[in-house]
Amino acid sequence: MSEISFAEALNAAMRDSMRENPDVVVYGEDVGQLGGVFRVTDGLTAEFGEQRCFDTPIAESGIVGTAIGMAMHGARPVVEMQFDAFAYPAFEQVVSHAAKLRNRTRGSVTLPLVIRIPYGGAVGAVEHHSDSSEGYYAHTPGLTVVTPATVADAYSMLRASIAHPDPVVFLEPKRLYRSTATMSLPVTTEELDRAVVRREGRDVTLLCYGPTVDTALATADAAMADGYDVEVVDLRSLTPFDDATVTASVRKTGRAVVTHEAPSFAGYGAEVAARVTEHCFHYLEAPVLRVAGYDAPYPPPLLERYYLPTVDRLRTALSRLQWESQWTENDPSPLRVAAAAPHAANQDSGVVA
Amino acid sequence: MDLRQLLANQLSRVWRYSWTLLGDEAHIQDMKRNTATSGVTVPPALEPLRLVDSQGGRVSTPPLPVPELDTLGALHRAMVIGRRFDRQASALARQGRLAVYPSSFGQEACQVGGVLALAEQDWLFPTYRDTVSLVTRGVDPVQALTLLRGDWHSGYDAHAHRCAPQCTPLATNASHAVGLTYAARQKRHQASVPAQASTAPSNSADPAEVEADTAALVLMGDGATSEGDAHEAYNFAAMWNAPVVFLIQNNQWAISVPVRKQSRAPTLAHKAMGYGIRGLHVDGNDAAAVYAAVSQALTEARAGEGPTIIEARTYRMDPHTNADAPQRYREPSDVERWQNHDPIDRLESLLRAEGQLDDAGRADLDATAEKLATRVREHMAQPDELDPNEILAHTYTHPSAMLREQQANLAAEIGEARA
Repeated sequence: MSEISFAEALNAAMRDSMRENPDVVVYGEDVGQLGGVFRVTDGLTAEFGEQRCFDTPIAESGIVGTAIGMAMHGARPVVEMQFDAFAYPAFEQVVSHAAKLRNRTRGSVTLPLVIRIPYGGAVGAVEHHSDSSEGYYAHTPGLTVVTPATVADAYSMLRASIAHPDPVVFLEPKRLYRSTATMSLPVTTEELDRAVVRREGRDVTLLCYGPTVDTALATADAAMADGYDVEVVDLRSLTPFDDATVTASVRKTGRAVVTHEAPSFAGYGAEVAARVTEHCFHYLEAPVLRVAGYDAPYPPPLLERYYLPTVDRLRTALSRLQWESQWTENDPSPLRVAAAAPHAANQDSGVVA
Repeated sequence: MDLRQLLANQLSRVWRYSWTLLGDEAHIQDMKRNTATSGVTVPPALEPLRLVDSQGGRVSTPPLPVPELDTLGALHRAMVIGRRFDRQASALARQGRLAVYPSSFGQEACQVGGVLALAEQDWLFPTYRDTVSLVTRGVDPVQALTLLRGDWHSGYDAHAHRCAPQCTPLATNASHAVGLTYAARQKRHQASVPAQASTAPSNSADPAEVEADTAALVLMGDGATSEGDAHEAYNFAAMWNAPVVFLIQNNQWAISVPVRKQSRAPTLAHKAMGYGIRGLHVDGNDAAAVYAAVSQALTEARAGEGPTIIEARTYRMDPHTNADAPQRYREPSDVERWQNHDPIDRLESLLRAEGQLDDAGRADLDATAEKLATRVREHMAQPDELDPNEILAHTYTHPSAMLREQQANLAAEIGEARA
């Protein structure tokens, strides 16, 4: 057991993958000698040589394009986009090629490829360094989009992504890079495509991922004072969406709030709210609310605290949920009682698990 | 000392002096090294390199190694077959049996010359206008038309033919070729250095492939050179010393926009100089010249001398596609002028003059081409068996629960429609 940071866990995941499989190569801007601007690739060139971990020209489309070619021919490239908004030059390669090649070739060409993207705000960065771009990728069929929120997941989910047969967009919450946990590596957490209940609760489900998981957990603690027992679900995998876990939770609690840093309108939370409504309509005591970034470009660093979802904003949303249920504690909804029973979601959820 | 010499001396003095101005010793060493190792000192010829003139005569001082007679015969044969295929596909598009067909009539020398220069282990990265290159590579002509018929996005086994799916977004396949050759080099490296303590199964293919000197040929058009992805691919290829040949078919037209509105470079091959790699400007209607240029570039690439950009100057004789209206942007006389430079006529004149081809030989060849066209025509006359379930079948290796649900819904819908 030792204290390990989020960035170190990611580093260890790449190192262990590279030790295990000579096909794994890591490259991007400043990832070699410097070890990445966040030091996530620190020491990989020293251990594996410049053939397997190296710096490239500053050209994101070229980075992803070459990675596609490598993956076509047996390599397992792990490429870094230095910042969320600097990944946009690669968008065409991601959307038109990485996401589609398997489908275009009827499954005969698969692309085991990981695109690591540091994303999100709250690190005091100037413009173009704090975007939450998950919606663009999650909207694109053919991509697998995941985002860890714990040190253990940083390691385990990156290992699983590198082993994945299809392209993975691996979103790393920048604000978590320096967070730490006392643990030992290697560690294997839940399957890559599963959401995880981080905190159990009875009254409302708070759905979150990546950068907002800690905010959601803090909200759950604070909401105790308001009389709400909050369940926190870390989605982890944005594509595919773990309907089974989310549905089971919301059917149990009867209420749901989804939160992310990205703007609210047509954002990932809209999809979550729609799916929850479709799968849990008869169990819901209140409309599904979204607590997200405002529908404006990300603000300058000295103003970002007014933009990001906060504990206060989440607490306000919780109180805005409809709490005047026809069902009382002494006369609870029979549907929710059934949903709260063990394994209820698997019995009649209508969701393919 | 004549004026030219004087100018050259002055330039060289300025060049040497500029080194001392431009930076420190390390920078100067970098520049010297780059100058020594790149093809930057040899600008491409303004007049395209040519081995066979428009009348079919061999040029007196060939600027490239002239292919052997049997190679010239093979080039002619593949062009005749390719053109018959192209004519047939255009006809099918007019009849509505293909969704669309971007003709390459007049560009046969580029596609055939490029592809025949490839070795078996090499990869080809074609665009939507390069269906003739697929047929030349050995892809079944019916499978080659899968994209353009609208059956699926690609109809052939990319790995079996070492031929990537035809690429529609311009220039985006160029970096794929660079990456693919990097992976091939890694395989060779792995084969020579046994992996340390590796227990995991490797993706690497068979050892013969591992040992092979894989190079790649990227086909791109003049319009594609304006895209940012062309720049990034050229630069990555240069930095990685990638064994990649970029063959630009300059057919003069990006749909309706002429090449003079795409670039102010003296030739598109001149762009190579900026990347410190070799650039060649060849007559794209001279199959011998295209073959020789691509062969030479591949040989150099395999020898570790890196990538080459080859501009093959040709002409798009047909509209952009069957849906285009070229009378809105070009004169018929332009097209007529290029008829005098037809790539097949040119090589045929040479072969006949040198006793390599006669009427009987040509008739045999036409019969072969006709057989291929007939097979394509007959197949396209039949309704193809399409499975609508396929639209959800290939997105992921392991489809998610959501996708499996959608698959079930679609299957049920199809079942009801058929019942």
